Amino acid sequence: MASSLRCFLRTGKNAVSALQRREFHRTLPVAVQVTVRDALNQAMDEELERDERVFLLGEEVAQYDGAYKVSRGLWKKYGDKRIIDTPITEMGFAGIAVGAAMAGLRPICEFMTFNFSMQAIDQVINSAAKTYYMSAGQQSVPIVFRGPNGASAGVAAQHSQCFAAWYGHCPGLKVVSPWSAEDAKGLLKSAIRDDNPVVFLENELMYGVPFEMSEESQSKDFTIPIGKAKVERQGNHITLVTHSRYVSHCLDAAAVLAKEGIECEVINLRTIRPLDVESIETSVMKTNHLVTVEGGWPQYGVGAEICARIMEGPAFNYLDAPVTRVTGVDIPMPYAKILEDNSVPQIKDVIFSVKKTLNV
Amino acid sequence: MLSNISSVLRAGAQRNGAAVVMSVRSYADFTTQATFEIKKCDVHKLDEAPATQVVMTRDEGLQYYRTMQTMRRMELKADQLYKQKIIRGFCHLYDGQEACAVGIEGGITLSDHLITAYRAHGYTYTRGGTVKEIMAELTGRRGGIAKGKGGSMHMYCKNFYGGNGIVGAQVPLGAGVALACKYFGNNEVCVSLYGDGAANQGQIFETYNMAALWKLPAIFVCENNRYGMGTSVERASASTDYYKRGDYIPGLRVDGMDVLCVREATRFAADHCRSGKGPILMELQTYRYHGHSMSDPGVSYRTREEIQEVRGKSDPISLLKDRMLSNNMASVEELKEIDVEVRKEIEDAAQFATTDPEPPLEELCNHIFYNDPPLEVRGTNPWTKLKSVS
Repeated sequence: MASSLRCFLRTGKNAVSALQRREFHRTLPVAVQVTVRDALNQAMDEELERDERVFLLGEEVAQYDGAYKVSRGLWKKYGDKRIIDTPITEMGFAGIAVGAAMAGLRPICEFMTFNFSMQAIDQVINSAAKTYYMSAGQQSVPIVFRGPNGASAGVAAQHSQCFAAWYGHCPGLKVVSPWSAEDAKGLLKSAIRDDNPVVFLENELMYGVPFEMSEESQSKDFTIPIGKAKVERQGNHITLVTHSRYVSHCLDAAAVLAKEGIECEVINLRTIRPLDVESIETSVMKTNHLVTVEGGWPQYGVGAEICARIMEGPAFNYLDAPVTRVTGVDIPMPYAKILEDNSVPQIKDVIFSVKKTLNV
Repeated sequence: MLSNISSVLRAGAQRNGAAVVMSVRSYADFTTQATFEIKKCDVHKLDEAPATQVVMTRDEGLQYYRTMQTMRRMELKADQLYKQKIIRGFCHLYDGQEACAVGIEGGITLSDHLITAYRAHGYTYTRGGTVKEIMAELTGRRGGIAKGKGGSMHMYCKNFYGGNGIVGAQVPLGAGVALACKYFGNNEVCVSLYGDGAANQGQIFETYNMAALWKLPAIFVCENNRYGMGTSVERASASTDYYKRGDYIPGLRVDGMDVLCVREATRFAADHCRSGKGPILMELQTYRYHGHSMSDPGVSYRTREEIQEVRGKSDPISLLKDRMLSNNMASVEELKEIDVEVRKEIEDAAQFATTDPEPPLEELCNHIFYNDPPLEVRGTNPWTKLKSVS
């Protein structure tokens, strides 16, 4: 009962399921179901509470509770000073956020989607990412740029681009791409505590997806280190490396393939930059086959980088086949559902690519 | 001998009706302070204006003189070193505009904040950088203020946020610093400078909006030197009343060649911000003797006559010098002595800047991240793995 109460206090509306489980043993670990949205909300809430220099700014983050409700309840709790609604002026407010970071605050700058970050990309790259280097260590920029990235549903070409490769290209930035609720919470907390500019790529289609969150992840000090990938599923025959929403696709594909006797190892990158090449290499040296899966376009993308890095390292000699990239189709995102569905990797595309790579 | 000099000086002082002769302190019988009549500022959406009668002390005058002269000589030395190819890349010189940097600093304190664009050597100095470390940064040496990693456009020191290469980007940054001042409640202000060319940037208008909306303690300063690179203000701006471009933000148009005008306007602006009224805009009408940068001779879009005229009639250092001499605040010899000291300081700094070694290659990848464990950085080929420490 006591542990149920604890859950209630921590997770708000998701406590109902916890209470219904009727835990009587206080010592048993209690996992709860938390959506990615709520996990992000918890992360920000906890960090706002922990450090008064942390504040959130962006369009509709305060009184509207967030365009995607990620910042729900925060303005009510923390007020105008810490949760700031901005006008629709990305270049301006991103620059203001960077300046505030230079002067000692720890801003979280939300882009309603990363498509709009293109308006402000000069501030992200030239003012935030490069400053610590240009100043030879005198001026740090502890800022988080966060928001949904990549394809959504029916929002068409201008609202569907994946920016992982664009930001992942630049030294001075850390680029994070969570998948699960635990990823979202732990990585966002790390990003906020990080003294450097972090681009935090969320995914709108994942916001409503519930995940089980361990007892450990419910702690206010729970963080996940930036720069370390996670093996979500062990396997011996082939390695699938992916990030964000496509982790789900890979796990689903792996379940189907397992029935045919193909055991996939699924690696959730969690961080795009710095890339955890070692985890990929270790896996490839075991499985001898590699498929990368991403939502972004193929040319100069995350998968392309992984291919290059594998070739430059020890794992190359363990490959029994060239690396395969599964990516978004190299076109602007169309609107019609049938077209959109065929513009991004589906589970069948992953299964197909695995079998081709294994030559089965 | 001394009494002869002092009687000559006293006679000179009496010729200028505005001077107030105070009791003598120094051996040579100087006035310790005087009141000066300065040009009235044009105002926009303001009921009051900065004072037109201002007091300057002898000490202040000498300090302003020394600082402006140091900046002047430093920039001229940079010109020389650039032509000798000891300085490379971009070099945007500030000579002619000294009164702006010195006047602004005179109206705020070092605990206030300042950010500017790329014509930044003068501000780096007034904000606390030394000539030595500024020049060594220009020559790309390890003793440079940014260890040689930033160059002309990326110099930083306490409460000075550079040195910014992208036109206009520094203005939102400055408003962000002002937001931090308001957030911390420390009564500090942030001065954000930009030029007449940058004044048309969209992000500046975005910044005006947010600064006014949130009442940020931001002083926006447009250094109007009449030319954005090679384009005159008339050819770039539909409205050249830069002090009015803030629209709902009150504005002042200031004689940027007069250090006292700039100082008074800055004090006025800082008071406005500190009293919680929100942002304010200052247009400083000034002039640069050099071209836009060292790759611009500066005479294809303006006449040599124009440059000579400004030099002859409005040079900020000459203006100050004349004021001090005609008010018996200093002697010709004393100012000459300052010139000699300044020249020596610049020579020594240039000597250092040309002989200090370049940064060691081990530094190449450092300062990517702050407060992080060391990381490996890929070199130009897969076998070159370089180390980066915070």
